[in-house]
Amino acid sequence: MKYLIIGNSAAAVGAVEGIRQIDKSGQITVISSEPHHTYSRPLISYLLLGKTDRQKMRYRPDDFYSVNGCECIFGKNVLSINVKNKTVSLDDGRSICYDKLLIATGSVPFIPETEGQEKVKNSFTFMSLDDADALGKAINAGSRVLIIGAGLIGLKCAEGIAGRVKSITVVDLSDRVLSSILDAEGSEILGRHIESKGISFILGQSVLRYGENEALLSKGGSVPFDVLVTAVGVRPNTSLLSAIEPSYERGIVTDDEMHTVIPDVYAAGDCTQSLDVSSGKNRVLALLPNAYRQGECAGISMAGGKKPFDRAVPMNAIGFFGLHVVTAGSYTGEVFERKAEGSYKKLFYDKGFLKGFIMIGDVNKAGIYTSLIQNGIPLSDIDFELVCEKPSLMAFSRKYRDEKLGGVRQ
Amino acid sequence: MKRVYVNEKWCLGCHLCEYYCAFANTGMKDMAKALCNLEIRPRIRIEEQDDISFAVSCRHCDEPLCVKSCITGALSRENGVIVIDSDKCVGCFTCILACPYGAISQSETGAIQKCELCAKTNDGIPQCVAGCPNGAIVFEDRG
Repeated sequence: MKYLIIGNSAAAVGAVEGIRQIDKSGQITVISSEPHHTYSRPLISYLLLGKTDRQKMRYRPDDFYSVNGCECIFGKNVLSINVKNKTVSLDDGRSICYDKLLIATGSVPFIPETEGQEKVKNSFTFMSLDDADALGKAINAGSRVLIIGAGLIGLKCAEGIAGRVKSITVVDLSDRVLSSILDAEGSEILGRHIESKGISFILGQSVLRYGENEALLSKGGSVPFDVLVTAVGVRPNTSLLSAIEPSYERGIVTDDEMHTVIPDVYAAGDCTQSLDVSSGKNRVLALLPNAYRQGECAGISMAGGKKPFDRAVPMNAIGFFGLHVVTAGSYTGEVFERKAEGSYKKLFYDKGFLKGFIMIGDVNKAGIYTSLIQNGIPLSDIDFELVCEKPSLMAFSRKYRDEKLGGVRQ
Repeated sequence: MKRVYVNEKWCLGCHLCEYYCAFANTGMKDMAKALCNLEIRPRIRIEEQDDISFAVSCRHCDEPLCVKSCITGALSRENGVIVIDSDKCVGCFTCILACPYGAISQSETGAIQKCELCAKTNDGIPQCVAGCPNGAIVFEDRG
């Protein structure tokens, strides 16, 4: 059996580990446009911050490919897939055949077209190790940095370089920071905390026009800058399949074993859509834990096993300048709220089920809430009042604890 | 593999397991000296309310959501035991968000900590079990 994996991040690694659970000898080829050992993409801001290094940010040990018997083709791009002949063609002219193909191409930064953007010399995105290296080289103690986008990527970038530049200004069209994962009050807390570390925000505005070292804003005024980082969002990288299936532009659609509608072609990770169990809707969940689990399920399925991918929810754990935030699920329904000095918690529940939560500061035992959402545990089965106050196993039934902690088989 | 199991009805809520755990991870010989004036950060924690108490520590799950969620690759499985490479961990707490039991916590270094069944410190003999005076925590292979 010949397995071909396009991509080399969490979903691809999950697939390699999934395949090897079932098939110890099939030939695995991993193709990546990046010339690097698999690394943790979210760590690029920690690299600039000096909290990790290139070796430590490797997502798997040095011998990962040899231990798993993978052939690596790194630094090459796949130009197209021929699903009829079951081959892919590379930019070096080679053609590689497969029996089972996995698309794990992740996402690509979205760059809105803005007048004058070609005039900006120091313009970067912040998605890859090469992006981080390039940005690291471009900044110095005198740099005025303009970041477009107050989301996860933009703000992690700001934290990563905060100590190394003169000033950072973050502009976002939304009127609040981290609007994709926080409610208004949470945004306020995070925004104030990040501002207290010297980052300036200009919210509710976009860039109308760029000059070489200046951004003209939509509501008037301008921001001078030396270095520009565009981090307004990402899009699923579906280009290889959207040539065949145009409907895939908003994320590749698969069944629960990560199989696409094309025979022997699978997809996993940020380039796909998943069923968010907290909302019941299909959406792109560009999250590393999701990507790994999808990749593993795809690998198992490609190798002839069966492990459906399920229980996906949006979930984010992230910290900015020492303040931790964890969130999961959807923010709909009734609200339970607790605020204390340095911590903020909001739980969202609807029709007897926990749907989502936000915790800032104290994130202890947050996974107990996540499991309530992921596993669809009826709140009538637990002491909901207690679990609201404090995520704990005490709130669950004795039977649940006997099974989970006591090893009693039900 | 052998795992730590909890007999809830035998737990006295004495918290000794927490002290033995904290001590086991200091690498020191004398418990009193090791824990003197120390705010302990055990990897096993007692939950208690009214007359119910029980210890919670890593279940070393067959489907370890923490390992699969770890963004750095710092969590992995070695001979069945879920272990943490503290050097690789950046303290993002995705594992805390993923663990259904609340069994992962923050260490004093900012990295996460969790029960590793004393594999690194006491030849794989969990000290919480050895120190429990009432048989409320056991270390057994139940398949």
